[in-house]
Amino acid sequence: MTTQEKEAAEPASKVDLPGESGGGGEIPTYNLTLKVRRYNPEVSEEAHWEDYELEMFGTDRVLDALHKVKWEIDGSLSFRRSCAHGVCGSDAMRINGRNRLACKTLLKDLDLSKPVTVEAIKGLPCEKDLIVDMEPFFQSYREIMPFLMNEGHEPERERYQSQEDRDRFDDTTKCILCAACTSSCPVFWTDGQYFGPAAIVNAHRFIFDSRDDAGDLRLEILNDKEGVWRCRTTFNCTEACPRGIQVTKAIAEVKQAVLARAF
Amino acid sequence: MQLHKYDVVIVGAGGAGMRAAIESGQRARTAVLTKIYPTRSHTGAAQGGMCAALANVEEDNWEWHTFDTIKGGDYLVDQDAAEVMAKEAIDAVLDLEKMGLPFNRTPEGRIDQRRFGGHTRDHGKSPVRRACYAADRTGHMILQTLYQNCVKHNVEFFNEYYVLDLVMTEVDGKPRPSGVVTYDLATGEVHVFQAKSIVFASGGCGKIFKTTSNAHTLTGDGMAIAFRNGLPLEDMEFVQFHPTGLAGLGILVSEAARGEGGILRNSEGERFMERYAPTIKDLAPRDIVARSMANEVREGRGCGPNKDYVLLDLTHLEPEHIDAKLPDITEFARTYLGVEPYTEPVPVFPTAHYAMGGIPTNIDAEVYRNSEETVPGLYAAGEVACVSVHGSNRLGTNSLLDINVFGKRAGIKAAEYAATADFLPVPEDAAQPTQDLLDLMRNGKGDQKVAVLRKELQDVMDADMQVFRTADTIHNALDKIADLQERYKHIQIQDQGKRFNLDLLEAVELGFLLELAKVMSVAALHREESRGGHFREDFPNRDDDKFMKHSMAYLDEGAETDSVAGIRLETKPVIFTRYEPMERKY
Repeated sequence: MTTQEKEAAEPASKVDLPGESGGGGEIPTYNLTLKVRRYNPEVSEEAHWEDYELEMFGTDRVLDALHKVKWEIDGSLSFRRSCAHGVCGSDAMRINGRNRLACKTLLKDLDLSKPVTVEAIKGLPCEKDLIVDMEPFFQSYREIMPFLMNEGHEPERERYQSQEDRDRFDDTTKCILCAACTSSCPVFWTDGQYFGPAAIVNAHRFIFDSRDDAGDLRLEILNDKEGVWRCRTTFNCTEACPRGIQVTKAIAEVKQAVLARAF
Repeated sequence: MQLHKYDVVIVGAGGAGMRAAIESGQRARTAVLTKIYPTRSHTGAAQGGMCAALANVEEDNWEWHTFDTIKGGDYLVDQDAAEVMAKEAIDAVLDLEKMGLPFNRTPEGRIDQRRFGGHTRDHGKSPVRRACYAADRTGHMILQTLYQNCVKHNVEFFNEYYVLDLVMTEVDGKPRPSGVVTYDLATGEVHVFQAKSIVFASGGCGKIFKTTSNAHTLTGDGMAIAFRNGLPLEDMEFVQFHPTGLAGLGILVSEAARGEGGILRNSEGERFMERYAPTIKDLAPRDIVARSMANEVREGRGCGPNKDYVLLDLTHLEPEHIDAKLPDITEFARTYLGVEPYTEPVPVFPTAHYAMGGIPTNIDAEVYRNSEETVPGLYAAGEVACVSVHGSNRLGTNSLLDINVFGKRAGIKAAEYAATADFLPVPEDAAQPTQDLLDLMRNGKGDQKVAVLRKELQDVMDADMQVFRTADTIHNALDKIADLQERYKHIQIQDQGKRFNLDLLEAVELGFLLELAKVMSVAALHREESRGGHFREDFPNRDDDKFMKHSMAYLDEGAETDSVAGIRLETKPVIFTRYEPMERKY
């Protein structure tokens, strides 16, 4: 990371802009079939697929399509969403069989000649339509003690940390706890007791933080039979992460750290 | 109906709510009620930084920060509050670092700092590096760090509990809070939480507008609940429009992009901010930049096929610099607009971003029930509140600061008050108004749809209550709001179930939005001057003789303000300590 670069020269007062700067032009429209797996135990114990024919714009995302259904066709369609630009982590779901955030998946990037399928993420109990019970996921997160523990006496000002030490765990600080990784993991699907990638990512964030003193404790927890050794390196998690975190790599680094400490 | 009993109840689990919970939870039995999971809160969308005069990279002090905050707010800031915030900013940042927040570092290993709009050295001489940051996800790191520390301290959360009402009990003829009424999204059950202290930290109301950086869930619930319970709302006419929303989408592109050297250009390639703010140019405060951009577009120098946006140019910056300092926002441009910021300028236009107004409080986060008296046991902090540290225009980074400083104060004060106070009785029928409201929504058989009404509201607010306002446009908005409020009585929802009935909650939220839009518009109509985020083309100058005061809006069925029925407008004096109002130039 570079800091305190030398002052850059003042940018020009006027430049010639390239033609058609910033994209533009007419926004194309698309027709598509959105196929949503509906489930409402108040109505039926059985889930079923429902098709919706929609006309959408090229800049729309899957979340816009879901909103169109909810707001114009069927108000009972239920899903979580908040920020709508990929930072809050509310709307992880299975889109065409892959875990994605609905608000970060542009329709134009999908094959619209076939129905776009949307269903709840797997491995967590479905509550209604695209909403799952997140509690088991957060339980695993809490178990790895996701907070800084430092035994030294508190300095008056900030603790110092070199840029290299800060960079060491940068990637895993990006996690938004959306559960896209954990619920894409085949091990987690068959064994809900497995901590899962997200909990390990968040352990990594502290284990490799030079300010933290509880790495050994977390490594001991993750050396458990439901810990890092359950990972089969299928890379589903890395592919699923909407934040681009190298999840499998982080898990591998935690495995190496466990071995290095040799419990 | 289930009844719960806690010493302190905190409504909302964003930055302010969780910062309060960390303090309160260690001192008193505390529950946090939140309509979304804590880590989903919109604090996490804040990008650029949190200012504090640490002076880690250049000379700085909290007095300069105080001055910038007051001038930035066009002198409508309560100066005692700005002083508290700027002074306590330093500990607020250090607290977060000790809690584990991974700030970017200087080569010496200290917390790094960068420039931000309106933050200057020595009272406006030049931009100063004051914003502490973690890449362009500072808000994300604050939200995560506070949540982590809530986990550490075993804070008790009630997730997906929508607070829909405040229970007030008369004591010696004065209103006092005794609890809140909540709706559990998972089951559809109504719960009452009895508490000695109640802290509102439920965020803003950006969804009044169509083009907004705010989350779908920011529907002003806390503000509207306070208002419906007879409490005033302060300075609601002041809304911040952030200059750089992605064009057409409103998604935020942090001011850090300009802090790191990005500049704005019009269709002629001109760096037009040189004309509007010759000294600090693109780093002028947000209200000035947003108006300048809108003006360029109005005068025909907008870009794109409809000439309706300007460009944020980062192309003269090194790609490595962009990757290190602005990774997320450049990815937004790629994902949502298909623009490569290394080589192409990014289309941007102002987006509704922040409510400067809200529930009035003093510097201890105690809620005012009129211009003099506070309500013992009732607190508010963060965007829902108006301390007022932001006056008529908030400086960038000061909201992340506000939630930390006043969230902490609210948590401590609420717990201290609870230690000395008794529970007040909650009336048997406390939940009845909420039940009635929900039944009304659920059983409505009219022909009006929530999504249609909401869209019409957002369209008219974008058209008539955005960066330029006149009496005519505001009247137009008010007429439309009245029409929508009438039609709102005839809505029908489709979901009749108990579980996760978001259809029902969206209907309730629309009621909040309509109510607040009306307050906002009435206050804007009455303020016949231009100040900070409120710009009246028919009154383009600041008028200190008539309007150097806070507006206080009350729900009052018998009242009339500027021929609009139902709202009583009063005023509250601005608190001055050492800064005389001056003309605001940059």
